[in-house]
Amino acid sequence: MSTILTFLTRRRGHGGRWHWTDVASWVWLIGGTVLMFGPALWLISSSLKDPAQLAEFPPTLLPYVQQTAAVEGHDTPLPLFTVTMEDGSTRDLAQVRRIGANAQMVDPGDPDAQISVRIADRTPVRDVGIAHGNYTDPFLHFDFFVYLRNSVFVTFFATILTLFTNSMAAFALSKYRFRGRDAVLLVIVGTLMVPLSVILVPLYSVVSRVGLLDSLWGVILPTIATPTGVFLLRQYMLTIPDDLLEAARMDHASEWQIYWRIILPLTAPALAVLAIFSVVWRWNDFLWPLVVLSRRELYTLQIGLNTYAGELNVQWHYILSMTVVTMIPVVLVFVFLQRFITTGIAGAGVK
Amino acid sequence: MENEIAQVKATAAPEGSDRRLRRLRDRLGPLLRQVVLLPLVLISRAIDPVMRLIQAKAGTGGMIAVFLIPNMAIFGIFVIIPIILNFVYSFTGGAEILLDQRAWVGGQQYERLTDCQNYLDPLSCREDLFWRAAHNTFFFVLFQVSLMVSVSMITALILNRNMAGRGFFRAVFFFPVLLSPVVVGLIWRWILQREGLLNLIVTNFGAERVVWLNDRFYAFAAAIGVSTWAHMGFFTLILLAGLQAIPKDLYEAAEMDATPPARVFWRITLPLLGPNLAVVLVLALIRGVQIFDEAYVLTGGGPGTATMFMTQYIYEVGFASLLRNPGLAAAASILMGAVLVVLTLMQLGLSRRAEKARER
Repeated sequence: MSTILTFLTRRRGHGGRWHWTDVASWVWLIGGTVLMFGPALWLISSSLKDPAQLAEFPPTLLPYVQQTAAVEGHDTPLPLFTVTMEDGSTRDLAQVRRIGANAQMVDPGDPDAQISVRIADRTPVRDVGIAHGNYTDPFLHFDFFVYLRNSVFVTFFATILTLFTNSMAAFALSKYRFRGRDAVLLVIVGTLMVPLSVILVPLYSVVSRVGLLDSLWGVILPTIATPTGVFLLRQYMLTIPDDLLEAARMDHASEWQIYWRIILPLTAPALAVLAIFSVVWRWNDFLWPLVVLSRRELYTLQIGLNTYAGELNVQWHYILSMTVVTMIPVVLVFVFLQRFITTGIAGAGVK
Repeated sequence: MENEIAQVKATAAPEGSDRRLRRLRDRLGPLLRQVVLLPLVLISRAIDPVMRLIQAKAGTGGMIAVFLIPNMAIFGIFVIIPIILNFVYSFTGGAEILLDQRAWVGGQQYERLTDCQNYLDPLSCREDLFWRAAHNTFFFVLFQVSLMVSVSMITALILNRNMAGRGFFRAVFFFPVLLSPVVVGLIWRWILQREGLLNLIVTNFGAERVVWLNDRFYAFAAAIGVSTWAHMGFFTLILLAGLQAIPKDLYEAAEMDATPPARVFWRITLPLLGPNLAVVLVLALIRGVQIFDEAYVLTGGGPGTATMFMTQYIYEVGFASLLRNPGLAAAASILMGAVLVVLTLMQLGLSRRAEKARER
């Protein structure tokens, strides 16, 4: 125990003395951790509560479910309440039905005698537990599964195509000298300046003219030629020595084989970084799918979630659980691949 | 020592069945990999001769074109053509989306956008919503970027110190960056609602409950705070990379001279981080001007028009509202694009300077 304590409080380089800046740093970092993870944890905890509990104030930190008791003469288990009796004592009773401000209660041990109590005198008996219906219902009764499938489809094909087209372009731009190469590079840099929000209207008309409106390919195709990807891969391919290519040409390899058999395998680390980026980008895309897709059965998760949350009668217990499910792939990326992304960003300054 | 190794060996391969299982796995692993890679191998077998034929017919130059065409065609169709069309759109009127059904109206859309008695008062403008969005975006960028840069800077400086768990904390601040804007917006809508977590905290301190997102001031503040929460990790990373590139011997020299920490910060850290800081600043500006997704999911632009920003204006005028006017949206997006081009050119210049400074 004491070794753990010394390890935690040990400071490198300053001879173990605590300075106020150390304290301030730790307060900042721990406060930051709570602030960064807290909202997501709160979301997860809330998503496990039933609707009645979600409407409650003050909210509880953990999800609870009301206890029920099987009572003779009733088919379904009845909810349990702690009732304050007139003489001040408390009893655990099961509720048969509620009539206005009164509730008909019954003692589970003595099912024949019904007692009428005011609802203000009873509090539900609850235990920490999970309202799993929040997670199973959206799959059964909503289009949630369709949205999920659409999102997976878009993310998968957009990423594959991004890797292909970007790596081919990066190969041509890094390993050949030809007239107009600098012009092509300039055009690609230039497109970094025009975000989607600036060309929203004409892009919509182009996509509609090509006949891709209201189709998942209309979501995928405009996103795959990412300038960031071309640059990331080109930067990496420039470090591959040209001698390798020359040697391959000596052995009568075609240019395509050089790209496919030599360059691509050697670029694998950069391709992995781009793949991770692309998955996160496409999974999270919002504005463009919002514009292109108008048929409900084509919605991606993000659009579907936003639509549910914008309805007049917001069903928070479903929205919260669906938000958690939407978060899962990104959390997996964070847990397992976070290091790739952070080094990718620190290295190239891109997102 | 020898004994220990023997022991490890013994525990690693205790029984015959286990060994057989492992041998099976060793044989199945490559097989499985081959099955997964089979389509890829088949495609590559099929493509190879086709490509060889193209190369024989068109030469290496033709192959360069083959490599470039997919990417550049998509660029051309979905980026370059829309950029050109955007200008055409901004000079046409009507509610039709297809260009050939639209009437040429000259500079009318621009006139409509800039028709103002007093540019500082949106209500005095003909297109008051545009100016409301412009005002909101301006103040949003002003406050959000200052908050973002200072918070990221403090975090990067702390993470650059030699402390335990640095890698962990670096990851912590990066977590929200990966979340989708819709998830970010919904998480915070849930926290800021009437029965939400923030009201729980507030009432614990004895204050009254507030419906945060129904209040103009709080909703605007929430948009700033939430977008900072979601993106600060990204900027922290860039600043941290800049801090770690500063040569350590400078700090050692300062320590030998017993220079006070504040002076070290102002004389060493800040000047050497300068170029990176400038890049972060402009990058935050560019992102701030485009604010849409998380703010839209969080507040929907409301209450009223209190959190309506430029991109939302373009989206609603172009597509969503009943009185849609794509020409007006195009004109507005060109004005916003002009601002972004200026900011991006600044960024490119600054990052080139940062690179040069690093080489020196």
